[in-house]
Amino acid sequence: MSETVTLTIDGKDISGIKGETIVQAAKRAGIYIPTLCDFDGVTSPGTCRVCTVKVDGRAAAACKTRVAEGAVVECDTPELNELRKMLIEMLFVEGNHFCPACEKSGNCDLQALAYRFAMMAPRFDYEFPDREIEARPKKLMIDRNRCVLCQRCVQSILTENDEPLFTVSNRGNKAIIEIDVKKADGIDDELAQKAMDICPVGAIIRKRKGFSEPIGTRKYDKTVIGSDIQG
Amino acid sequence: MSKKVVATTSLAGCFGCHMSLLDIDERILDLIELVEFNKSPIDDIKTFTKRCDIGLIEGGCCNTENVHVLKYFRENCDTLIAFGECAIMGGLPAMRNNVDLQECLAEAYLTGPTTRNANPKKIIPNDDEIPQILNRVVPCQEIVKIDYYLPGCPPRADLIWLAVSALVTGNPLELPYEVIKFD
Repeated sequence: MSETVTLTIDGKDISGIKGETIVQAAKRAGIYIPTLCDFDGVTSPGTCRVCTVKVDGRAAAACKTRVAEGAVVECDTPELNELRKMLIEMLFVEGNHFCPACEKSGNCDLQALAYRFAMMAPRFDYEFPDREIEARPKKLMIDRNRCVLCQRCVQSILTENDEPLFTVSNRGNKAIIEIDVKKADGIDDELAQKAMDICPVGAIIRKRKGFSEPIGTRKYDKTVIGSDIQG
Repeated sequence: MSKKVVATTSLAGCFGCHMSLLDIDERILDLIELVEFNKSPIDDIKTFTKRCDIGLIEGGCCNTENVHVLKYFRENCDTLIAFGECAIMGGLPAMRNNVDLQECLAEAYLTGPTTRNANPKKIIPNDDEIPQILNRVVPCQEIVKIDYYLPGCPPRADLIWLAVSALVTGNPLELPYEVIKFD
């Protein structure tokens, strides 16, 4: 029997299992904490900080912070929602996110978060960074213009021998996602699809598969991100 | 109550946002009860003939004429609305922002498949009368103050209708989830 703890999120008592994160406990209790880099609720890379909440008054990433007995968590407050919106806006201006021309539009988590927070336009100036596209693999391409460096792909896309297909090169604002081209040509369609699906933006794209879903039927056309957790 | 005056323009856009404005369908009859149009491609008035309440800007700035028109709108309109992705973030024209301008012009006039045999004198148009292409496509809010933004490619007709009618009537604006889209 695992040990349970009791904490509050926005004044509501919830129970968590010792060792799990605030995001996981909140999800079971039907409370949505916005996330972007977190993909299975277990092994979050913790890179995006969209899930930032206040734990006992201190800002913390809810996807990396473990539940604790008596913790007082603030999540859905005007201050935190504005900070989240600002983070999302920063992700939009630091890349080249041309939504109208993107294969992932409508199924994109970053875009869906912007919709959820009703981002009409970012408050920051666009940077228009120079990013290179990796189009050598036969089945996949990486459009780094859209990459938010969440590292979901690095963590979860492994070849048959459990070797990572994607890696990070360089550091800081020079960091880019690389793909092992030789290994990438050996993967099956299933893993290629998984790589495209795990990418929260349109950076990893299956070749010859774009724009297959009509507007109106895509994941976030009518459904708000997080509404599956909290109505 | 006198009608509010609306002006519209398309800068570096494709007129898709204006098409979406016309997509409000029969509500256009309600609209003309609420507003009159001044400078706009819809009525072909070329210069402002009076002070305007609302200016709708489609498209970003890709050349000196776009910048001139945008400033002209800011001077003559109380409220400026950037509508459409191009006005907000440059849109598809801004995809050239990481390509050298000379390279863009060479592709368009000298080396492109449709021009390389059709331009024997190898001329890139550079007459003083022609607006100069900017080094990069610039979103409108980097040139003048923009008061409101309506995203979308094009912005949904419902979004334009809800926003403009709320602004004109002074009624509170509530936007359903489906109308805020970036594509």
